[in-house]
Amino acid sequence: MATSLLHGLIGGVLIGCAAILMMFSIGRIAGISGIASHALFSRPRLSQAWRWAFIIGLLISPLIVVSLGLPGNVAFSSEVVLGDPLVPWPVMAIAGLCIGLGTGWSHGCTSGHGVCGLARLSPRSLVATMTFVTTAMSTVGLTHSLRV
Amino acid sequence: MNCLMALLSGLLFGIGLVVSGMTDPQRVVGFLDVTGDWDPTLMAVLGGAVLTTFVGFRLLRRLGRPWLSATFEWPTRRDLDRPLVIGASLFGLGWGLSGYCPGPALLALNTGDLSVWGLVIMMAVGWWAAQRWSWQR
Repeated sequence: MATSLLHGLIGGVLIGCAAILMMFSIGRIAGISGIASHALFSRPRLSQAWRWAFIIGLLISPLIVVSLGLPGNVAFSSEVVLGDPLVPWPVMAIAGLCIGLGTGWSHGCTSGHGVCGLARLSPRSLVATMTFVTTAMSTVGLTHSLRV
Repeated sequence: MNCLMALLSGLLFGIGLVVSGMTDPQRVVGFLDVTGDWDPTLMAVLGGAVLTTFVGFRLLRRLGRPWLSATFEWPTRRDLDRPLVIGASLFGLGWGLSGYCPGPALLALNTGDLSVWGLVIMMAVGWWAAQRWSWQR
């Protein structure tokens, strides 16, 4: 438990450093849903190429972790770097649609509202974060009690 | 240069997600499951990230402008509206069902798991739909 918390804290500080680096260098919020959705569905312009660069960085990061021999923090395993899905594919598909619509309408996910927004003390992000954490906890509580 | 810095930021962000364990839906659901065998890891991640970013953003606000760009693009909206709350609820539902939020889902494409690819494709469909059908206030 203590190691997983320490890994969590170190990882969290790295995520914070990434958000700072992004704002320091190009003046942008490191919000993943916003960056990715605009990269995919806004008119492509050269001035927007940084969005794709950020996403490529995200996509190759697990390979870098493996090649550097850094530890992952997957429950029950110290060797595996990425965890496996917990639910069957139809549930994954429905969840994906909810995540896309929801982060699209609320303009942010765990990174934009949760990390950057809370750090800016934004009232919108505070409300969004409290809302999605509460509904996610209720969803897990409900599915848990249905399963048992 | 802008793209290089964005790439490095994305890389660092992703390494943080892997090192913290947030790419493992088991850890995420373990945090969300307050009635079960509660896993506090996500709280350490969010706490570490928010505190670091808070201090960093404070220092950055003293700079007039970013290194490679004309202005800091700080979000300006402060109003609370229905799309914010309904959207966040819907996101929470999807997050709780799967244990994935957008960042970890993108990283997990590397597993080659088809259900992860399905989730990401449906997430993109959701983004497209949300841009097309935005809310009338």
